[in-house]
This record gives sequence, C-alpha cells and structure tokens, in this order.
Amino acid sequence: MMRPTSLFRPLIVAGLLLLFLMAAAGCSAQAAPAGPPPAFDTGIDPNAWAFVPAGEFMMGLHNEEAVVENDFEIMITDVTNEQFAAFLNDALADGSIKMGEEGPVGHYPGDPFDGYKHEEKIEAGDWLLFPANHPDARIRQENGEFVVLPGYENHPATMMTWFGARAYCMYYGWRLPLEVEWEKAARGEDGRAYPWGEEIDETNANYYKSRDPFERPNTPGDTTPVGFYNGKVYDGFQTMNSPSPYGLYDMAGNVWQWMGDDPHKTHLRYLKGGSFMDYAYNLRSWTRNSAGPDYYGIAMGFRCAR
Amino acid sequence: MEALKRRYNYLFHSTKGLALVAIALIALETVFFGMLSGPMAELGIRDVWVRLTGMQLDSMEREARIIMLYHTIAMAVVAIEVYFMTGLLKMSERQRANINATITVGYITAMIFGMWFAYFGHNFIMHGLFIFGQSLVFFAGVMLAAALWPWKKEYRLPKELPYAKIGTIDLERLAFFIMSVAMLGSAVYGAVAGANFGNGFELFIAEDAIREPEKTTLELAVIGHLHIMLTLIAVAIMLIVGRWVDFKGRLHTWAMWFAILGTVITTAGVWIIVVYRPIAHIIINVGALPLLTASLLLTIFTWRKLIRVGLARKGIPRDQASFGQKLRAMLHDPLPWGATWQMMYMNAVVTAVGIFMAIKLEDVVRKWPWREERVTLTGHWHILAGIIATIILLYYADLAGVKGKARQWFGWIVIIASDVAFGAVTLFTTKRLYVSASQQQPLVNWTMLLTDIGLFLVLLVLGVFLAWRLIDLFKGEGRWKQELENPELDVIGKEVEV
Repeated sequence: MMRPTSLFRPLIVAGLLLLFLMAAAGCSAQAAPAGPPPAFDTGIDPNAWAFVPAGEFMMGLHNEEAVVENDFEIMITDVTNEQFAAFLNDALADGSIKMGEEGPVGHYPGDPFDGYKHEEKIEAGDWLLFPANHPDARIRQENGEFVVLPGYENHPATMMTWFGARAYCMYYGWRLPLEVEWEKAARGEDGRAYPWGEEIDETNANYYKSRDPFERPNTPGDTTPVGFYNGKVYDGFQTMNSPSPYGLYDMAGNVWQWMGDDPHKTHLRYLKGGSFMDYAYNLRSWTRNSAGPDYYGIAMGFRCAR
Repeated sequence: MEALKRRYNYLFHSTKGLALVAIALIALETVFFGMLSGPMAELGIRDVWVRLTGMQLDSMEREARIIMLYHTIAMAVVAIEVYFMTGLLKMSERQRANINATITVGYITAMIFGMWFAYFGHNFIMHGLFIFGQSLVFFAGVMLAAALWPWKKEYRLPKELPYAKIGTIDLERLAFFIMSVAMLGSAVYGAVAGANFGNGFELFIAEDAIREPEKTTLELAVIGHLHIMLTLIAVAIMLIVGRWVDFKGRLHTWAMWFAILGTVITTAGVWIIVVYRPIAHIIINVGALPLLTASLLLTIFTWRKLIRVGLARKGIPRDQASFGQKLRAMLHDPLPWGATWQMMYMNAVVTAVGIFMAIKLEDVVRKWPWREERVTLTGHWHILAGIIATIILLYYADLAGVKGKARQWFGWIVIIASDVAFGAVTLFTTKRLYVSASQQQPLVNWTMLLTDIGLFLVLLVLGVFLAWRLIDLFKGEGRWKQELENPELDVIGKEVEV
C-alpha cells in the first residue's frame, strides 16, 4: 500500500513546478522600450503608380483562371502615414469629412441588405474613418492638425477602417482595388506564391518574427517603411529586392490591405497580403482575410487603384 | 531468430504491443513534423530541420501536406482504438487477428508512404500506397463492425449481469457497433468528396473556408467529415474507458442510451448538412448534449468507484470516511481519474469555447479579422484531439503495467502538464477578448511558453515511457513476455464490488 505522504508528492511537485514556470514566464513579460523607430529612407516613391494590364492570370490556391477586365494602375506602395495625415487635414479643412467623437467620420451610402445568415447590416450614415484618439494610432491630432509620430512618416498608415481607406482613395478620385486586381498585381500571370517567386525568407518581407530592425521584444512586431525590401542594406540588415512582377512593393507582409469588393452576403471586407503579425504562410498572395468595414487594427492598411 | 520472432509476435500480434507500436510511431511523427511548427520556425529550427532532412516544401502545397499529416496521425489513433476494442470486446480469435493485422498494415502503409509523398517529393506510387493504406484501415473497420454485431447469440447478456441491456442485447456493444458504423459512413462521406477534389488536386482547410458564405456540397461534406470523425473518435475512447473501469449499473444503462442517441443524432446532423444546412447545426447540438451527459455519467461512476477502491485499500469504511479521505481515495490513481477528468476539462477548454463562439458569433467573433477566428477554430479542435491523445496515453500506461511511483508521476505529469498547455492554448486563441493586438505580446509569449512547457513535459514522460518499453524489449524475461503470455486487458478496481 502506498503511504499517504507519497501519494500526492508527484501531484504537488508537478503542480509547483508548473506554477514556478508560469511565474517565470509572467516575469519575463516586460514592457517594450518606448521611443521612435529607426529612420531609413528606402528610396521608393510612395506617390508612384504601376500599370497592370487587363487579361487572364492564375488566381487562388489552385491557380484557377481569372480575368481582370480592364487595365488599371495601382500604387506601388501602401499609403503612408504622411499621405494619410495630409488627407485627413485637407479633407477636414474643405469639409469633405468631419470630426466625430472618436475621430474623423465620413458619409457612406450603406450596403444593400438581403437578410442572409451572418450578413452584416451596413447602413447609410457617417462612419468612423480613423480613431484619432486611439493609443495605437500613429497619427495624432495636435492643435487641430493631424501629425505623424516621429519616425513613422514613411511607414504604411494603419488603424483606418475600410471606410477610411475608401474615403482616402475617393478623395483623390481613385478607388480601392478589387481582390482580383490586387492578386494579379501581386502575382503577375505565372501563378507564383509570393510577389517575387515561390519561396520566402526574412530578407523578402516583414512577417512575424522575421527579425527586421523594427522588431522589439514583447511586441508583436512593427511596420517597416514602405518599399523597405528593395535590396538595400539597412544598418547591416540585408534585404532582397522583392517587388511584384509589376514593380509593386509590400504586396506580401507589412500590413494587410483593404480591398474594394463588397461581398454581398456578408459585407465583411477582404484584406490581402498578410502582415508583420502573421506567420510567413499567410503572406501567400491568395490568402484572404476579412473584417467588418468598421474594424481597424495596427496591422491593417491599404493602397489605391485607378 | 526465435527471440526476434517472439518480440515480433508481441509487437504485432498482441493488443498491448500493437498499441505500443502505434503510440511510438505517432510520437515519432509528431516530433519529426513538429519541427516545422510556428514556434520552431520562430527559433530558426525549422529551416535547419528542412535542410537536414531534405524535405521539399512547396509553398503551394502546404495545405495538402497538412491534410495528409492529419490523416496519417488520425489513422494511427483509430488503429489504437480498434486494438483496444478488439482486446476488450468479445469476438473470435480469427476476427481479432484479421482486424488487427489489416488495420496495422493499413495505417503504417498510409503513414510511411503518405508522409513520403507529402514531404519528400511526389512519386505517385507513394500517393497510391497512401490511399491503399487508408482503404485497408476502412476495410478493417468493416470487419470490426461485423465482429461487433450485437444481435449474435453469444454476445447476448444474461439478465442477472448489471450491465446496460435491452432484453438480452448488450447496449454497450450496440453503442460500439453504432459508433463503428457511423465512423465508416463518415469516412466514406469524406472519401467521396476527397476523391472528387483529388481529381483536380484541389483541397482546402476548413478554417480557411469558415467565412465563405457559399460552400459547395463537397466542401460541406469535407467539413462535416472532419467534425464527425473527431467526435466519433472521442465517443470511441469514452466507451473504451467505460470498459476499462468496468462501467455498470444504472448509470451505465443511462449512459449507453445517451451514447447511442447522441452518436445517431450527431452523425445524422452532420450527414444531412450537405442537403439541408439550415437545421443541421441544431441537430448536431442536440446530439452533442446526450454525448456530453454520457461522459458525465461515466465520470461520476469512475470517481465513485475510485473512492470505494481507495477507501477499501486503506481499510476505511465508506460511511465513516471524511471528505478529505474520500478526496484522497478518489485521487489515489491518476490514470482512471485523469482519463475521466480530461473529459470534464474538455468542457472548459473545448465545449465552452465552442458554445461561446456560436452564441457570440455575430456580436463578437465576426467582428474580429478572419485570421483571429481561424486561430480560435484551429486551437479548438487541436485541443480536443490533444485531450483524446492524453486519455489514450493514460489508459495505455495502465495496460502497460505502470505501477507505484512511476504511475503517480506519469499520470500527474500528463494530466497537469497537458491541462496547463490546453488552458494556455485556450487563452491564446481567445486573446482578442482580453487584450488588443498591440498589447498582446506578453500574453502571447506567456501562453506559448506554457503551451510549449506543457507539451514538452507530456512528450518527455512519453519518451521516458517509450524508452523503458524499448529497453524492456531487450530483456529475455521482460514485461513484454508477460504481456504476450497474458493478453487480457484488466479493469480498474476489479477487487472491489461496486
């Protein structure tokens, strides 16, 4: 017969060991160091556009034939914080948008509602474009002006809702790209997995734990300046030149990009490209993410098409 | 030569040996391919491992590889459950030998050639052998269902025996039979869809389709297949644990009715999802309730039995025992207690999360980005699969004769370490409820560390256990010899009448 004292010893020791490890794990969770990120000029012009011809290409995981009906142009980088702040200031000044409780709001005419199961109801009205007072926003309002946190000027703008991304593009007479357009712009016509080819490593793109100079301990990572992965060396960090076949940068990683489609049975807007918070496989060009058009996040951005 | 033959007979002809081989192969496969997982990629180990082993990982084929990996592990788990069933339930020796031999060749063929095809270059002979192996597993299942036929005269129960029965038909055997038939049908359900997709080599992972409002019939069949197969594997291990603890009496009768009812309703709900989707989920949820109730009744029975056994061993009359003495008695044997505890714990880390997601789908979950919902879903079924694995390990440790302090250490480490890991995964997968994306990293680091520690400890004790059994095989008069000569599978606390 086992003595009572020895009966529970394994239970107690195993439990204490795990409690100790839990405490140790908890203690290791220190706050991230504050301060501006390293400043790098990538030399890539965020105001440049790339031409993508109409025509067939391979789309999706199974490389199914798809068609882009019309030629279009698309920005070669994501919209930067500097560009987005300028839009907010200009659009507020000329009354195109107005300030709401959480930040700038803009009118949206609403989505047709068909009553499908799980369909989001998106009604006509003023919708939040950008949560200006949110602690995670890189664009802050100071003395009535939107200004970018130092060091983040050439990083992709984040934290805008789909309404905010749409409002930006429309303000300049452009639009958000459709998913089919975006995927052709990202992969070209040969069915490759990533914009630059079939393989990925940390020199190609900004993804989770890709060891770029902007990663800090105890953070989920950070954005890199647009066009960062262009073959340059930044403080010893070697990048590969990783544009898409049409010369677009950051079509994989850095931030998810809002698409212009309105899936009529859900109205959840698509996001493409993967982000600094995702494992590398999420950066494959066909990977689809989605969220409500009023959702915003630290890893969500956009670029425009025309 | 004779020594080798005797060991071969132990490993491939005895229930305990067959289960040992399958557990060892799953452990090896888990460690080998676990090197490709997210945490290993973060540490840079994945890249080194890929170079060392010569794996060919095409970015386009990730989903295909993972699906084949899941299938090979599932085949081995099903094989272990079949070994337990053929060992525990009455059937002819010929049936037992045929079923065990067929399923063993099947899962090993599927595992070796499937993984070869998936990770080391595409020779389509390998893919053919992968399918052939799975077909053998299916065929073994057909033979098992035939062997379980509960209406056969020799399987009828005398009226005086305190086991669940209807007339003289053994309800527990009927539950095993229905589960087996349901599993065969559900395998076909997936195989037909798989074969169709296979023609164009198209496939998908269910989590990636969750927000697609329109799914084809075949996609629905695949989603239904994976859900019901995991459910039925869970039902099977519940019934097996019931046999292990010699489940009987009134609770047994109720539990077997619930198990049969739940299996039939849940399976029907899943099967009709392709033709009538709107009501299918309601039927599935209705079916899940009796299944969960059956596991609760089994747990109550087991814990009460453990108290009686524990008190009897200490010579304490039950009516004079204090609460503390009863508690100690209940926990005196971590293996059967742990197997049933895991079933209850599952409700906290699997069922509760599932119910929450269903209730709050519109208000909460669908507000998150898809990838967040995907993480929750992936964690949800990985935990369920992991819990089933720990129950199998706890039962097998008993079969393998782990006694004394080793039994205590093995049992408690598996229970505590796995539950810490599963709890941490649950926190990780539902993190968006408690923390924003920008502030999540301490929680992510903390939960990932606990998960890794928990799983590492489980794999460590499993490794020690397997090493012990490997060393034992080199002994002329080792435990393996006793097990070969005495193949009966013992029940818990048979010395105490409950």
